[in-house]
Amino acid sequence: MNWQAFWLTVRLAAIVSTLLIAIGIPIAYWLAYSRWRWKFLVEAAVSLPIVLPPTVLGFYVLVALGSRSPLGRWWALYTGHTLAFTFEGLVIGSLLYSLPFSVQPLVSSFGAVEPTLLGASASLGHSPLQTFRRIVLPLSKAGLITGFSLSFAHTLGEFGVVLMVGGNIPGVTRTLSIDIYDQVEAANYSSANRTALVLLIISFVVLSIVYGANRRPWGVGPWR
Amino acid sequence: MAIRKLELLAVILLSIARFATAEEITVAAAADMSAALPDLVAGYTTKTGETVKLSFGASGNLTNQIRNGAPFDIFFSADEQYPEQLISEGLASKDTLYRYAVGRLVLWVPNDSPLDLSTSGIKALLDPFVKKISIANPATAPYGRAAEATLRHYGIYDQVSSRLVLGENISQAAQFVESGNAQAGLVALSHALAPAMKNKGRYWLVPLDAYPTLNQAAVVLSKSSHKEAARKFLDFLRSPEGASLLSNYGFSLPAGKN
Repeated sequence: MNWQAFWLTVRLAAIVSTLLIAIGIPIAYWLAYSRWRWKFLVEAAVSLPIVLPPTVLGFYVLVALGSRSPLGRWWALYTGHTLAFTFEGLVIGSLLYSLPFSVQPLVSSFGAVEPTLLGASASLGHSPLQTFRRIVLPLSKAGLITGFSLSFAHTLGEFGVVLMVGGNIPGVTRTLSIDIYDQVEAANYSSANRTALVLLIISFVVLSIVYGANRRPWGVGPWR
Repeated sequence: MAIRKLELLAVILLSIARFATAEEITVAAAADMSAALPDLVAGYTTKTGETVKLSFGASGNLTNQIRNGAPFDIFFSADEQYPEQLISEGLASKDTLYRYAVGRLVLWVPNDSPLDLSTSGIKALLDPFVKKISIANPATAPYGRAAEATLRHYGIYDQVSSRLVLGENISQAAQFVESGNAQAGLVALSHALAPAMKNKGRYWLVPLDAYPTLNQAAVVLSKSSHKEAARKFLDFLRSPEGASLLSNYGFSLPAGKN
């Protein structure tokens, strides 16, 4: 088990999922309540990473944000290095890669809040922001847990983007999934097996948290 | 209507059968051949009418895939060690082993780089301008091991090791530096000479004594069901025409036996 890769991966997933909750809340708020007729286009754009091959994302991060592009040059001027082969590059790639996994659960839980509660809050003199903070957010706890956990788990399992832009640097960009790939390719099956088992267990635990948070305590199915 | 469907079925079955009997060979090749081999295959197809499917990767990765039953007919390795392992495991036939060239490592930088390779050679890597140096992954790619050996040979490995980025194979290492994401790369001469990179940068040829010789070798695999066609393709590789196609990419025949 490569502990350096393990902690690197956990750190990446924790940073990305925390940032995604912060970025995801305003996006999800807008998606849940906006009545703009072209909203569906934004919804489609946010969901793109679910269907887009990671190689497409990796290609864009490498070339469009590389040292030959205006954006990449600006970044290099500001930070002194390009995005590829850095931890920041992985964070940015992963933010794009896991965005829908935080936004979609948030949108559905915001949308599920009883509209009469929102009306009551407004009639008692609360601003939309106060209503959101005091009514919508507390009622969306399951959505927040789900969004955080799913983007954490999705980032943990990220492979294609990291393979394309990471450069396989120990302690910087060699994540657990890359480590497994390297071990398999070098025919170290027993070592790959241990790492794979750890990822399997973590993924199961995270998904159990998701389904546990969304569990309905009182079943109301027709089979009762 | 029913007859129409039967006809359609017959046509489909016939075309499947045709594909199944065609003697198309599949070649697994080291990534340093990714530009040269398509040229070689084009020459072979023009001459014989036979087609060849190509699959590229790091030699170590391909060896591992072959051990796990990958359906390849020929294996082109960037290092003789892998084919020899396969022969000793009974997965490749010894009498077909053919050493076709010696692979050359080059230090490559893009055209707009301020580095002066002709005077400083490998020491150009010590320039603070160089933030990242791309090499192939030494665990699976012979060129990656050659790059490491070169850096140690010149005594600069410890000074540059924190700036190394590893390509999954030598093609990715070349792509990292070609795209400008790394400022310098230790890549294959065959890539530096390929149309995709030729006019985009300059290179310094690493002397042969700086790293263990990269004997490029091809071998027919024991599980191949097209052994005759595979041998025919290797014969073309040995022919003067094949050798001249390869020499365009800096792959020259080694002096000595074979």
